[in-house]
Formats: sequence, structure tokens, C-alpha cells
Amino acid sequence: MTARRDRLPARGRARAGVLGGLSHLALAVWTALVVLPLLWTFLASFKNNTEIFGDALQLPGELRLDSWGRAWSKAHIGQYMLNTVIVVSLSTAGTMLFGSMAAYVLARYRFVGNRVVYYFFVAGMAFPVFLALGPLFFVVNQLGLLNTHLGLVLVYIAYSLPFTIFFLAAFFRTLPDAVAEAAMIDGASHTRTFFQIMVPMARPGLVSITVFNVLGQWNQYLLPLVLLARDQDKWVLTQGIANISTLAGYEADWPGLFAALSMTILPVLVVYVIFQRQIQSGLGSGALK
Amino acid sequence: MERLRRYGFVIGFLAVPVTLYAVFVISPYVQAFQLSLTDWNGYRSKLTYVGLDNFAKLVHDEVFWRALRNHGVLLLVLPVATIVIALFLSYLLNLGGGTRGDGMRGVWGSRFYRVVFFFPQVLAVAVVGVLFKAVYRPDESGVVNGLLARFGAEPVGWLTEPGLALWSVIAVMVWQAVGFYVVLFSAGMAAIPKDYFEAAALDGAGRARLFFSITLPLLRDTVQVGWVYLGIAAFDGFALIQVLAGDKGEPDGATTVLPIQIWKTAFTYNKYGYASAMGVALFFLTVTFAVLTLRTTRRERIEL
Repeated sequence: MTARRDRLPARGRARAGVLGGLSHLALAVWTALVVLPLLWTFLASFKNNTEIFGDALQLPGELRLDSWGRAWSKAHIGQYMLNTVIVVSLSTAGTMLFGSMAAYVLARYRFVGNRVVYYFFVAGMAFPVFLALGPLFFVVNQLGLLNTHLGLVLVYIAYSLPFTIFFLAAFFRTLPDAVAEAAMIDGASHTRTFFQIMVPMARPGLVSITVFNVLGQWNQYLLPLVLLARDQDKWVLTQGIANISTLAGYEADWPGLFAALSMTILPVLVVYVIFQRQIQSGLGSGALK
Repeated sequence: MERLRRYGFVIGFLAVPVTLYAVFVISPYVQAFQLSLTDWNGYRSKLTYVGLDNFAKLVHDEVFWRALRNHGVLLLVLPVATIVIALFLSYLLNLGGGTRGDGMRGVWGSRFYRVVFFFPQVLAVAVVGVLFKAVYRPDESGVVNGLLARFGAEPVGWLTEPGLALWSVIAVMVWQAVGFYVVLFSAGMAAIPKDYFEAAALDGAGRARLFFSITLPLLRDTVQVGWVYLGIAAFDGFALIQVLAGDKGEPDGATTVLPIQIWKTAFTYNKYGYASAMGVALFFLTVTFAVLTLRTTRRERIEL
């Protein structure tokens, strides 16, 4: 290996240095494009209205923190965040529980109608949710679940099932039979075998899809807009932010808007940076399967 | 006995997911196809069938065609721009470090770049929309125009110029999507054996040659997956356009897309029959796109 490096002509090495520099330049430009809007939002939350409507590239004159307090309490960001955390944790937990149960049975048990049920679920990936929008509203309404978190949670679970089952069924199929058979011979029930043997073995796949579902459901804007429209106390973060953006014009509280935005963005980025390894590998493998 | 227990277990595990899915997913879809043949307004208890009237109306609806045209632009520009940028960046990240002894390697700090590039992906689209509404402000209080003003340029109405608004929206979509595809392509590039590059580099292939003759052909499947995802995304765009450009796809429908029209027709105008017909059209467009892409791009796989 060293011998080969020594054989590299000096001119080639110098060219590699220049190209390496250009590589870094290109990467730095995209980094700036990503970071600057976020940084600017964060800084704008400390400005006052005059500064916000002045030159965009000016730094805030002093560190004003009052907008953060207003966004948290008066603009209900705290409430929206709590709602979102409740809804997303329940719906992701439900999606993973029911999705892995169905995927497991469909992947590893032979019974009449297995393929029919499997394709029944997988076909859901081909339909745009906008097609179902109108009727969905009336279905949820008839069940008395309109403007409730329960309704939203159930709808999230239902719409996350196709991809979850598609992916997890493929994953369960790859697991070896021997361990499950041994457990059954030792007298474990089907249910126990699933929860105590198969779920731990499927952990990598489950983690990937959990990440996928958390991001997807956290991101949802359309479904809450349709299903939670009336009751503002129950709104999720995406709805709240969009509404604050509309109201900021009337109430002239622009620093409040930027504080609300920063408050939404920061925790997500912190969680992401902590779990970035799992999130990136999870999404990478989830998307390729 | 064991057979019975088995069936009991299968039914027990499928009961809840199948019920949820049938009630909230299947039944609305089936109803949508049915409603697309009626003029239902959301109140009447009896459905009046109007045959294919809704679809006939759709063909003559100017807004529908404008939305289709916008989907066409999105379908061409969004995948191409995102994939080109993401391929370029991930090539630099994974192989930009040059040939040094043990083959090609990524540039210094590639881990850091990959983490930062992914930032926009974890933000909700609605939040990104609100953020860019401020970035795009039509005077120098917006970041883009503020920067332009530094160079003495006149402020530009990024979201108010009819010819420009859709492009501004697409730029945000690309901004948000690139990080995900960098991760996707990086995973694909990591799977290519390093000695391929080493051998080619020893034979005198430059970086561009390495990219076009080795990386790209071997990454074909991954790029195709990305193309399908981005194509499907080109038929959505609801959250971003609704927040950034408003319910009507301002200015004057220049940025409107079918999802916006469906949502507005159903929940603002209470024309559920007509909205469902648009949904059916959207469904066939999406499926046609997916089938065509998978058909035309299928080729012999290159075995590693």
C-alpha cells in the first residue's frame, strides 16, 4: 500500500489537493444553505418588529427573550407540543404493535386467505390519501371521533399500516425458523413466542420502521387540518405554527412567530443529533428494502 | 386442537389491524370512487348518480389543467434537481478524498456534513413552509432579498411573481429533500467494492470518469428508487404550497396543485362528488407514473 502511494506522481497529489479544496467548498456552500435559514430564524426571535422589517442580515440589537415567553403561553406552543407528543407517541406505539402483529402472522403462518390479506394491506401504498379525504372526514364524524385525539391516532395508525406491514413482513421472513420451533416445543404459546422470541430478534427492523413512523406522523399536516379543525386546544404543532404564521400579520407579533418556529425546530434537531446514527441507517435501509 | 389454537392466534393477531384498516382506509377509498359518480354536497342523505358528469366537468376545468401543468413541471424538475445535487454531494462525501493507498475515501469531516445535510428532513413540511415564507419576503427584510440588496439588486417578489412562484416552491422542496437522498446514495456507494475504483484509478481514470463509468451504473437501482419517491412527491406538495402560497395556490393559481384543489373543493365548497372525481384522477396519474417509471427504467441488473 505504501509503495503505491509513493509511486503517485507529485503533480497528481497537488491536483488532488486542489480538488479536495473544491470538494470542501461545494460541501460548505450546501451546509450554509441548510444552516443559514435556521440560524436566521433563531436570531430573528430576539429581534423586535422594527428590526424584523429592516435589513434581514442585521443582528438583533439586544437579546430579547420576551417573545419566547409569549410564543410558549399566549400562542399555545407548549400546548401544541404536548398534544403532538401525546398523539405521535400513541400512534407510533399502536402502529408498531398492530403492524408487527399483522406482519408476523402474514409472513410466517400459512392459512387460507393469507395472500389476499397481505395484498389488501400492501395495495394501500398505491393510493394517494387525498382520494380518501372527503369520505374519511365523514367516517370519523359518524364514529363521533371528529376533533378528538383518539380519532387522529386511529387514523394515523391505519394509514401507516401498509408500509409498516410491507417492510416488517419482509423482515420477519428472513428470521430463522429454528429458534421459534424450539420455543414451541418447549411449550411456549404462539403469542408468547412472538413477544418474547421474535420481537427481540426483529429489533433492527422494528427500530428502522419506528423512526420512519415517528418522523412521518410528526410531520403530518393534512390529516389534523381535516380531522381536528374545530377544537383549537387539541391542535398539533404543524397546525399551530401555520396558524400563528397567518395571525402574525394581524397581531403584528413577528418576534413571537420566530420564537415559536425556533421552539419547534430546536428540540427536533437536538433529538435528531442524538439519534442521528440510528435515524440515518434506519431510513437508508428502510427505503431500500 | 393445535390447528384450532393456530387459527385462533392468527385471527386474534389480525383482527385489530384489519378492522382499523378497513374502516379508515379501505372504506373511504371505495366511497371516493362511488362519490366521484355523484353530485353529493355532504348534507343530502340520498346519493344522486350523475354518471361521468364530474369527469366531463373536470376536462373543461381551467384550474384542473393549471394544476396538471404544475405537476408536470414538478415531475420534471424536482427529481432531476434533487438527484443531481444529492449525487454530486454524496460522491464528494464518499469518494471526494481522492485515491490514497487503500482506494478512494470520503473528504475529511464527511460525517459532519452528512448530519447537517439531513437537518431539513427532520423538520415538518408545514414548519419549513412558514420559515421560507419569511426567507422569501418581497422586500429586503427577507433573507434572499436582503442578500440581493447587499449587491445592489432590486428586491424580487419570489412568491408573488406568477412566473417565479412555482420555482421558489420547488427550490424549497429540493432544499428539504436533498439530505435524505444524500443518505440514500451514500449507503449505495458504500456498497460498491473499493478495489473497483482503485483498479480504474491505477488505469488512469479521473474522478469524472470514475463517477460516470463506475458509481452511476452501479447505483442505478438506488437512483431509480429515489426517482419513484420524488415523482410521487411531485403529485403531493400540499403542506408546503398551502402554507407558502395559500389555499388558492397564489399568485392566481400559479402554484396550485391537485391536492390543494381537492381539499378546497371538498371542505370549502362542499362539493364532495367533484372533489372525489379529482382524487380519482390523481390516483390514476400517480399509478401511471409509477408503472411507467418502473417499466421504462428496468434493465439488466449489474451484479456486484
